[in-house]
Amino acid sequence: MPNQARTAAIVGIHEWPKRLDPDVSAMQIKAASISRALDDAGLTWKDVDGLYDANDGEGGGGLGMAAYLGIKPTVIDTTSVGGSSYEFLAAHSLADIAAGKCNVAVMAHGGKTATQKFATGNRFANSPQPPSWQSNMEVPFRNTTVSSYALVAARHMYQYGTRPEDFAEISATTRYHAMRNPEAVQAMTDLLFADIREITVDDVLNSRMIASPLHLLECCLISDGGGAVVIAAADVARNTKKKPVWVIGNGQATKYRENGGDVTVSAAAQSGPIAFGEALLRPDELDIAMIYDSFSITVACILEDLGFCKKGEFGDYVKGGRLRFDQKGGPALNTDGGALSSNHPGFRGLFLLMEATRQLRGESTSQVPGAKLAVAHGNGGLLGHTHAAGTIILAAD
Amino acid sequence: MPNRPLPRFPEPDTEPFWEATKRGELAYQQCNRCNSLVFTPRAHCDTCGSPDLAWKVSKGEGVIYSVSVVVDRNGDYAVAYIDLDEGFRMFSTVVGVDEPMKNLQCGQRVRVEFEPQEESEYLIPVFRLV
Ligand SMILES: [Zn+2]
Repeated sequence: MPNQARTAAIVGIHEWPKRLDPDVSAMQIKAASISRALDDAGLTWKDVDGLYDANDGEGGGGLGMAAYLGIKPTVIDTTSVGGSSYEFLAAHSLADIAAGKCNVAVMAHGGKTATQKFATGNRFANSPQPPSWQSNMEVPFRNTTVSSYALVAARHMYQYGTRPEDFAEISATTRYHAMRNPEAVQAMTDLLFADIREITVDDVLNSRMIASPLHLLECCLISDGGGAVVIAAADVARNTKKKPVWVIGNGQATKYRENGGDVTVSAAAQSGPIAFGEALLRPDELDIAMIYDSFSITVACILEDLGFCKKGEFGDYVKGGRLRFDQKGGPALNTDGGALSSNHPGFRGLFLLMEATRQLRGESTSQVPGAKLAVAHGNGGLLGHTHAAGTIILAAD
Repeated sequence: MPNRPLPRFPEPDTEPFWEATKRGELAYQQCNRCNSLVFTPRAHCDTCGSPDLAWKVSKGEGVIYSVSVVVDRNGDYAVAYIDLDEGFRMFSTVVGVDEPMKNLQCGQRVRVEFEPQEESEYLIPVFRLV
């Protein structure tokens, strides 16, 4: 169903400012962020009738969160698909609002990854308790989070002739934006980054190798943090404090390892066309691309799969800084600094919705003048492996 | 003798695969209803849903689909997807290569080898360049 109809909009946001915050719980971050996001919208705790939770933090999912907040919503949705959870939850809230099941939906994230020193880098991926059909086929080979993504990057290079400097341009672009975002600069300071400045392609390629072909500066940072988003029905959204940011298209998909499959194609190739089809838009019409940058290769594959450029050609597409906020010829990429240079407490999909909203309100620290259309694309799980994709298209009036 | 992290049991989908390694066999499944290959192991065909699967033994030869070298304080090591000639893709490693970051590439031919472990009777299927 094509849906450029203004059914529901993001009306309130709050991003937790600190990236290293040992004295709060993830649940406290979530609850305080919901309160401040409601303030941002001019709504109150009592207005909330839809609770959308990613089962993050200390927990209990939507059930535990309702009790912690002290609310009795008419919709509780606990969808946990890693980093893409909030793109899924936003889509579900739109459907529930359209069906008249709720009017004011909240979703929050809280993570303590930096304080807990939870190594998401060269930690072995997929070693849950108890053993599973997947982990048992992997643990002897010591796969890590980074090497899962590196295998996609290595194949991309082999298949399309992609060069290391093509990937590095993505890291340089997000750092360019991070240096304009005081919270991102403070984050890099608090997280003890060695050399906090704009970086070049050579800086990225000269950083140490983590898992070939991925270098340190192609891997996201690990932080505390979180935030909240409020999505409301049209009649509520018309009367909130800030300009509504309408959800005009959405698509979801999964992909996983398959015999003979192409690991360079992500689930975005399925979710993207659904979302753009609903929004009746082409990628080249968008001003802002908020794309999950767990690693440089994640952005590379998703730019291609969403149709910003042809498969295998992202290197030429991003060349010369095309995706910087002050350049023409493409959308501005991850203007808050992204996961590569601003924050990554766990499920980063929420920040994609928040920065897209700031851009469409005119509130970004790397503001694109007159930005009207944005895509937020979350990738959860492991690229090239079992992963989920959520694409959300947003529009300002 | 190597001492890799090991698969753990009970885990009913993968246990027959690991039992076969004790015989030096790289096992995969094929659906008796639709003939699709099934890998990694499970109790149903992931093409048609049938529970009627047959176990087969691979010749253990194939090609590197993708490879990454993890930098590790205990020594760098490779992780790789191997496309076996029978048509299934396995996650494994390639061993016995000097300077693996320089000398391992997609497209190289490899053959399986069963690596004994210090603390396990299961053998780990690893690959070498041919
Ligand atoms: Zn079958």
